[in-house]
Amino acid sequence: MARSLKKGPYVDHKLDRKITTQNEANKKTVIKTWSRRSMITPDFVGHTIAVHNGNKFIPVYVTENMVGHKLGEFAPTRTFKGHTSK
Amino acid sequence: MARIAGVDLPKNKRGVIGLTYIFGIGLSTAEKILNTAKVDLNKKVQDWDDDDQANIRQYIADELLVEGELRSQTQMNIKRLMDIGCYRGLRHRKGLPLRGQRTKNNSRTRKGKRKTVAGKKKATK
Repeated sequence: MARSLKKGPYVDHKLDRKITTQNEANKKTVIKTWSRRSMITPDFVGHTIAVHNGNKFIPVYVTENMVGHKLGEFAPTRTFKGHTSK
Repeated sequence: MARIAGVDLPKNKRGVIGLTYIFGIGLSTAEKILNTAKVDLNKKVQDWDDDDQANIRQYIADELLVEGELRSQTQMNIKRLMDIGCYRGLRHRKGLPLRGQRTKNNSRTRKGKRKTVAGKKKATK
């Protein structure tokens, strides 16, 4: 089920605040976050966000195409590399 | 002979059915097309006169995305997912289902024909 449009995109409050302060100060440092559920808004473009995958932080460089996806989509949580080939 | 959007339509079928031979047009779209073009739904494709055909062509060209264009758009969408490296893109690359279906068994549509693994023991019981 998709989220109601009335509410607008969900962005974790803390993360949103960090992005806005960085945008105002024109800085771009890596932001660590556990909030995989946050949607990428146009404000995020150009930032690098380290998204937690349950084990470590995966750096994600946000481009324009990624707007509308969730942060978690870019940090895979599983490590299956295929079966051993004999 | 009716040729619309680069596809030969079957001559002796009803108009609604005939239009569905075009990629991107299903039954409900076909009905909508014929209703706006003021053509009877049951009229056979071979009985369409030039006016009918022109109206149908006009509607398809103006409103719809069909055949090659539609296919390329779908491909572009998939390519975008693969390029940004999101989960759905990765699944497209690996040829596995995208929407969380199980892959222990089944999902043969995405995975293709079974690949037998040599030396794999069957469970004994």
